[in-house]
Amino acid sequence: MEILLQQIINGLVQGSVYALVALGYTMVYGILGLINFAHGEVVMIGAMLALSALTALLGLGAPPALALPLSLVLAMAGCMALGYGIERIAYRPLRHAPRLAPLITAIGLSIVLQNLAMMIWGREYHSFPQLIANTPHNFGGAIINDIQIIIFVMALAIMAGLMVVVHRTRLGRAMRAVAENQHAAQLMGVDINRVISLTFILGSALAAVAGLMVSANYGLAHYYMGFLLGLKAFTAAVLGGIGNLRGAMLGGLLLGLIESLGAGYIGDLTGGFMGSNYQDVFAFFVLIAVLVFRPSGLLGERIAERA
Amino acid sequence: MMHESNSTNSDFVIPAKAGIQSDQIAGFRVKPGMTNSNNALLQVSDLKVTYGGIQAVKGIDLHIAPGELVALIGSNGAGKTTTLKTLAGLLHPASGQIHYDGRNLHNVASHQRVAMGMALVPEGRGVFARLTVQENLQMGAYSRSEQHEIASDLARMYELFPHLAERKNQIAGTLSGGEQQMVAMARALMSRPRLLMLDEPSMGLAPLMVQKIFETIRDIAALGMSILLVEQNARLALQVARRGYVMESGSITLSGAASELLGSDAVQRAYLGG
Repeated sequence: MEILLQQIINGLVQGSVYALVALGYTMVYGILGLINFAHGEVVMIGAMLALSALTALLGLGAPPALALPLSLVLAMAGCMALGYGIERIAYRPLRHAPRLAPLITAIGLSIVLQNLAMMIWGREYHSFPQLIANTPHNFGGAIINDIQIIIFVMALAIMAGLMVVVHRTRLGRAMRAVAENQHAAQLMGVDINRVISLTFILGSALAAVAGLMVSANYGLAHYYMGFLLGLKAFTAAVLGGIGNLRGAMLGGLLLGLIESLGAGYIGDLTGGFMGSNYQDVFAFFVLIAVLVFRPSGLLGERIAERA
Repeated sequence: MMHESNSTNSDFVIPAKAGIQSDQIAGFRVKPGMTNSNNALLQVSDLKVTYGGIQAVKGIDLHIAPGELVALIGSNGAGKTTTLKTLAGLLHPASGQIHYDGRNLHNVASHQRVAMGMALVPEGRGVFARLTVQENLQMGAYSRSEQHEIASDLARMYELFPHLAERKNQIAGTLSGGEQQMVAMARALMSRPRLLMLDEPSMGLAPLMVQKIFETIRDIAALGMSILLVEQNARLALQVARRGYVMESGSITLSGAASELLGSDAVQRAYLGG
């Protein structure tokens, strides 16, 4: 029972990070019909930037309580600029190109960013400094520590904030309008380039937060970390129904749970033949299953529009 | 019918530039680009547009004076929609000039044209199906910033279209075609346009709804707004309009006072089934 609870806690924490990243995929897909495969690398660069800023600030003698939020803000600013640049330089010129062109560009961009990160930060693992006491709490026999609590609460708060932006503000309305019909949105006076840029910027800010969360949770950051994380978050977005914001959140949390529970019980299920190191298999098993049985995802909709 | 249309025409009271009005009422044939070119709200000269590899608009001239309701009629594929899309900035002309309010629109993006007071209700309406009725109307006011005025305009739209008031929180995609046309028109009006362009507002609607939509168009015109009405339903369009242009395979072949066009043999034969 304790193991089950522990796996659920771990799954929800990891899943909330997937959800933040999945939102970035789904927002861009919703508005451009493009899968921005470079998004995982934005998460990685967010983690690296945050770590560099943190190290530098601590080196200057800043107290952790100041250094941590400040490095998060710096990482977010860096990623927002990166997200804007990616759209402006790599995707905008291909806006009217066949769909394959931006897809290949996205993959190429992902490789470029990875190599760039490797040149800047090297190939080694960077460890995340121990800043918070990170006290473990006993929760019905399972253990949850401070960092996990912070990650989960912060992720939920950010998602709630995003929903408010998308559903209650002028910008959010414009985003939904552009996602639905770019020409009609233009006829309303919407500068669609601006809205598309802001969508990338918003998604990249979430990616930066997620990057810091992942590296704080595992205590590590690495130039290659964005690849697998990005694929899993993409899986989460597909699971929830790509293009659907609530779907991305649901898909992220579910994927975290599936992975965690799968890793926890795979040993029992296979009689010890497979261990928890097969954890990553579950995400892609889920991806295949969704694509085969429910390609539109859990909350994916097919709206029949009246003529 | 002719009498009715004439009386409607004289109802369009435009305080300024009375000269234009008397010209129209006298039924003088207006040649494009000749009269009122100095004080026209919209002046199009020698506009050519290539669309999908073919020249859809082959050098047309037209103008709209402030407060005028002008119909652009013609059969399917004549280039009417292409013309409107170009005026709204969704398509770029191959050559020719569009002047709006004395300003050349050559380098003005479509979203900027909305802020200048041009609004297009597109063919097929372009309602945001996943947004609520109210959100659609709010989108119409996107280029405006004065919250109080937007709120009072919103209330005015619900007075003008009481039917929409009952459905303001409904997802627009669930409305009937006629209701969606109302949303599209109300949404365009929310930008407080000086020039309203309507592309086939009657398309796909039941006769009763068509009548309702055209009554609304008359009401809006009576407020002094300039309207460019594109219609396949030539009779209806010419009944509410003051002037009309007939477009055939990319060129304007006939123009003049709406009442004259209604009575003209060529128009009767080609578009009115007479």
